[in-house]
Amino acid sequence: MPVIIKNTPFEPYQSLQQYEKKTLCQNNAIGASNIFIGTMRDFNEGDQIKIMTLEHYPGMTEKQLNNIVDKAHQQWTLIDSLIIHRVGDILPNEPIVLVATWSSHRGDAFDACRFIMENLKSKAPFWKKERLIDEQERWVLSNTDGYHKT
Amino acid sequence: MSIKIRYFASLKDYIGHSDDEIIYEKTLTVTQVWDLATQKKMKPQNTLVAVNMDYVSWDDTVNDHDEVAFFPPVTGG
Repeated sequence: MPVIIKNTPFEPYQSLQQYEKKTLCQNNAIGASNIFIGTMRDFNEGDQIKIMTLEHYPGMTEKQLNNIVDKAHQQWTLIDSLIIHRVGDILPNEPIVLVATWSSHRGDAFDACRFIMENLKSKAPFWKKERLIDEQERWVLSNTDGYHKT
Repeated sequence: MSIKIRYFASLKDYIGHSDDEIIYEKTLTVTQVWDLATQKKMKPQNTLVAVNMDYVSWDDTVNDHDEVAFFPPVTGG
């Protein structure tokens, strides 16, 4: 159930393959894998974003993420889970977060992955600062509910 | 009683620095820690607080050598 904070870019599919090969390849009970990857988009609130900086609270971030993972493993029957989250300067199209869950049955993998991601959004101490193309900087004030608004 | 205080993200900008320390003799609530550390600066709406890296409420008390952190709503993921 690793929780990894990275200050350099990562390739999520490669990270997954490496983790599965190292840790899960002998586990024949796995029947479902669910993966969420969040990437940086180049727009927010009607503005073009050039770069984003993610700040975190070292120690508390890991503690809160581990609490969320523990709750997910209590609530659903999971074989394993993995979180990788970026901090530092992030460019458009770069991955920000990977959440993966493995279980014997799809319901547990689906639901636990969503639970981990939504709780990460509301409880893990990360903060985004955006730099617009005109070099103006601003903090992102709050997370949305995750759906497109028309 | 020695209490370490940390500010993050926009709250760090608002306060003007990232760390404080206060020495006090009686038990304090989180609200009292904020008032002492910031000289009763107005608290931005939705400010969150953690003691020793766990979320707490503003009425909770703080113990000797605790680390109190103030920060805005989180925006990771």
